[in-house]
Amino acid sequence: MSEQLRATLRAQVGLLSVDVTLSTETGSLVIVGPNGAGKSTLLSLLLGVRPMTAGKITIGETVLFDSDAGINAPVEHRHLGLVPQHYALFPHLNVEQQLRFALESSSTPLQATEMQERIDTLLGDLSLRDLAKRHVDTLSGGERQRVALARALSVRPRALLLDEPLSALDVHSRREVRSFLARTLETLALPTVVVSHDPQDARVLGRRIVVLEAGHITQCGTWDELAATPATDFVREFASV
Amino acid sequence: MTSRGLVLQRRVLVLSGAVLVLFLALPLMALLLSTSFTDFRDGLQHPLVRPALRLSLLTTLCSVVLVVLFGTPLSWTLSQARGRWARTVETLVQLPIVLPPAVAGVALLFAFGRRGVFAGWFYPEGHSVTFTTAAVVIAEVFVSAPFFVQAATSAFRRIDPELLIVARSFGATPWRVFLRVALPLAAPGVVAGAAMSWARALGEFGATLMFAGNLQGETQTLPLAIYAALESDLRAAQALSVLLMLVAFTLLLVVRGALRRATEAHEVTS
Repeated sequence: MSEQLRATLRAQVGLLSVDVTLSTETGSLVIVGPNGAGKSTLLSLLLGVRPMTAGKITIGETVLFDSDAGINAPVEHRHLGLVPQHYALFPHLNVEQQLRFALESSSTPLQATEMQERIDTLLGDLSLRDLAKRHVDTLSGGERQRVALARALSVRPRALLLDEPLSALDVHSRREVRSFLARTLETLALPTVVVSHDPQDARVLGRRIVVLEAGHITQCGTWDELAATPATDFVREFASV
Repeated sequence: MTSRGLVLQRRVLVLSGAVLVLFLALPLMALLLSTSFTDFRDGLQHPLVRPALRLSLLTTLCSVVLVVLFGTPLSWTLSQARGRWARTVETLVQLPIVLPPAVAGVALLFAFGRRGVFAGWFYPEGHSVTFTTAAVVIAEVFVSAPFFVQAATSAFRRIDPELLIVARSFGATPWRVFLRVALPLAAPGVVAGAAMSWARALGEFGATLMFAGNLQGETQTLPLAIYAALESDLRAAQALSVLLMLVAFTLLLVVRGALRRATEAHEVTS
């Protein structure tokens, strides 16, 4: 993993003032925190769909946002792979068409054969080949998540952002999908930021856990570090599960 | 409360509603009952009917095309915009719905009439669009566009904003997001809006009469022909009324069907 995501984010969202510095240099991050702490806001700032007051976002040498230099790449040019909380699959497209839509949207479109190859590879990698022609409203929660992940990865994003990737699943499929997702993220070698409210997910999905409270980072470390020396009441409760 | 009391209260509610249903249904029933099939067939043979029918179809087709062509991008923009100017534009666009048609007619005369404020922008001195078929289309667009914009805007608003963000994150251009995501998802609502707008254009009377006049073959649409026929041949007026009612009823079924599909599609996505 050479190209890392580094971000200093300052923004005012309603009453919440966000001031956060993140880096994926030490591995993928899981952002945790109580409701209203600004976890999902953080993803929308990285993505560029909410205005920032100041800060800088870079991936490797590429600058996505820099308030000092007046750089603010639009969402379309940031090349970030997004898996939203409820997956946001296009209800009018089947599984294969979801990926095709993403690939055809790219500013550097692929040749037809290359595109088909990439779709086939991803569908194979994420065990979706048998579902290629299925309509998304006939899929289970776990299948939908794999489609959303395949779609996000199809455009070879610079980084991957996952918003509560397991919250839409029932308890049974959750455990299975969690370990599958952890394995997949491990092999991807992509800078990854996961937002979660679930301690189990946080423990499995990221190398480092970033605790966000009221728009600010109150602690950052591995699960064991958090459990050993919790900095706030929230962390104590969170890591005691 | 006793179960008898509960039943009584429920009956009072149902009966009060039934009074209004009856009131709304009676004129339509009267129209249908007093028009036999022979009356209907003979009435349609009246010399006023064919030109009016042709003109109505032609002008409403033109106006619906114009409304959809310009109204769809407007509705999409309004659905995505936040802030004061968007609300102001939305209110302005909806104004013709509550405006009395006679006022709309006068306003159109003052804007595009021979001596209208903006006449000079559109045609040379001495020319005018008033009392031409084009004026009929203008009047129809003016009164019917708000119905389309209202329906299409709310259809676009029902789309989950995350779908649009995801599409953009792949690099999809605004055109692509609009054409490949927003439009297909909002299609049932857009179709319903177009049908409502067409129905309104088809029934347009007041603004057309004032701005375009009542010239047979040129500006006399079906509602104006009914008005003219009332003075000469009641059967023709009846036949035309029944015809318009059937068309309106069909359009209503289309609208309701499309809206039901839109709601179902929305439930699936959420």
